[in-house]
Amino acid sequence: MDNQGDIWEVFIQSKPGLAHKHVGSVHGMGKEMALQNARDMYTRRQEGTCIWVVKHADIIASVPEEDGSFFDPSNDKIYREATYYTMPEGAKNI
Amino acid sequence: MTLVIVFYDLKIVNCELNIKTNNNMSDLEKFLEKIEENIKIEPKDWMPDDYRKHLQRQMSQHAHSEVIGMQPEGNWVLRAPSLRAKVILLAKIQDEAGHGQYLYSAAETLGKSRSTYINELQTRKAKYSSIFNYPTLTWADMGAVGWLVDGAAIVNQVSLQKTSYGPYSRAMVKICKEESFHQRQGYEIISNMAKGTPEQKQMAQDALDRFWWPSIMMFGPHDADSSRSENAMKWKIKNETNDQLRQKFIDKTIQQAEIIGLTIPDKDLRWNDETNHYDFGEIDWDEFWNVVKGNGPCNDDRIEHHIKAHEDGAWVREAAIAYAEKNG
Repeated sequence: MDNQGDIWEVFIQSKPGLAHKHVGSVHGMGKEMALQNARDMYTRRQEGTCIWVVKHADIIASVPEEDGSFFDPSNDKIYREATYYTMPEGAKNI
Repeated sequence: MTLVIVFYDLKIVNCELNIKTNNNMSDLEKFLEKIEENIKIEPKDWMPDDYRKHLQRQMSQHAHSEVIGMQPEGNWVLRAPSLRAKVILLAKIQDEAGHGQYLYSAAETLGKSRSTYINELQTRKAKYSSIFNYPTLTWADMGAVGWLVDGAAIVNQVSLQKTSYGPYSRAMVKICKEESFHQRQGYEIISNMAKGTPEQKQMAQDALDRFWWPSIMMFGPHDADSSRSENAMKWKIKNETNDQLRQKFIDKTIQQAEIIGLTIPDKDLRWNDETNHYDFGEIDWDEFWNVVKGNGPCNDDRIEHHIKAHEDGAWVREAAIAYAEKNG
């Protein structure tokens, strides 16, 4: 088996003002090559104005099996939503 | 007293076993519920082993097809009839390399490394689409490959955009966006040749004659003979069967042949008013299986070329690693 380099996750900003969005991954030996490979692979048709690459091994992700308890703190706080509140009848622009 | 203790211990063991089984059941139930509700399965989600294995096989086969598919087209880069034709062909081949990479990346999320997938291709444990084991003999073949081979691939890939595995689905969406130029450039080549000199028209017809049957074989065996279809449909890896997809491709392609004055090489081809589809002749499955098993005209060439390119590139990978280690 030969060495195919590290896996890097690729995030692309499609135009100024938008957030960088995950599009997939590339292989690369070192950060420069990862960035160039990401450009060749994911922006052949002007899909982006900026690219981030992050080593796959450096990403910390939540675990799906624990989703229930992990996201539990936000489940019962509906007062965080604007629609929770009763507005006086006739009030405008609020 | 001793007996009681033994029973007591057994009871605990049983109890633990039950809990374990229940947990597994609920994993499977949760998985099937997601499939039922069309919620995508993501890499870290629990999935049955057979689902994972099916995807590893199908997705790597798909990736290998994109990569091996560069060879029959690469054959014509240096002989393209104009600069325009040459830059287009190069762009298309570069896309195929990109598509292979998207698919390997997606397949790697199933916990198997790219080196392993490539090794399986080179040792012929993994397959790729049989169509690429046919040679490209004339420039008209570049037309036939784009029009028919990419055309058939598009029908298959449009359907796969809805596949249940998230990374595969996302790769398909991206590939489909890029693929339509491939089919259109091929159809442009073959339609130009079909309206050229009688010799050029003959070349176009000859390319259609050679690529028609292998193209409709690309959808795989009939549903009744496709051992893997059942699981693939149950888990929504595929949402349409081989025969449904093949019929779709045939129905949309016939008019395209007629309008450029070429004849599809199937004497049994006719419109059926009752089914609202074209009826077509029997496919030569002996030929199909023969090529799948490695006895097509170019099977050996394709793998040998892949291995050679891979080995020739070894020093580049080593140098790149040494450079990265030095410069961080």
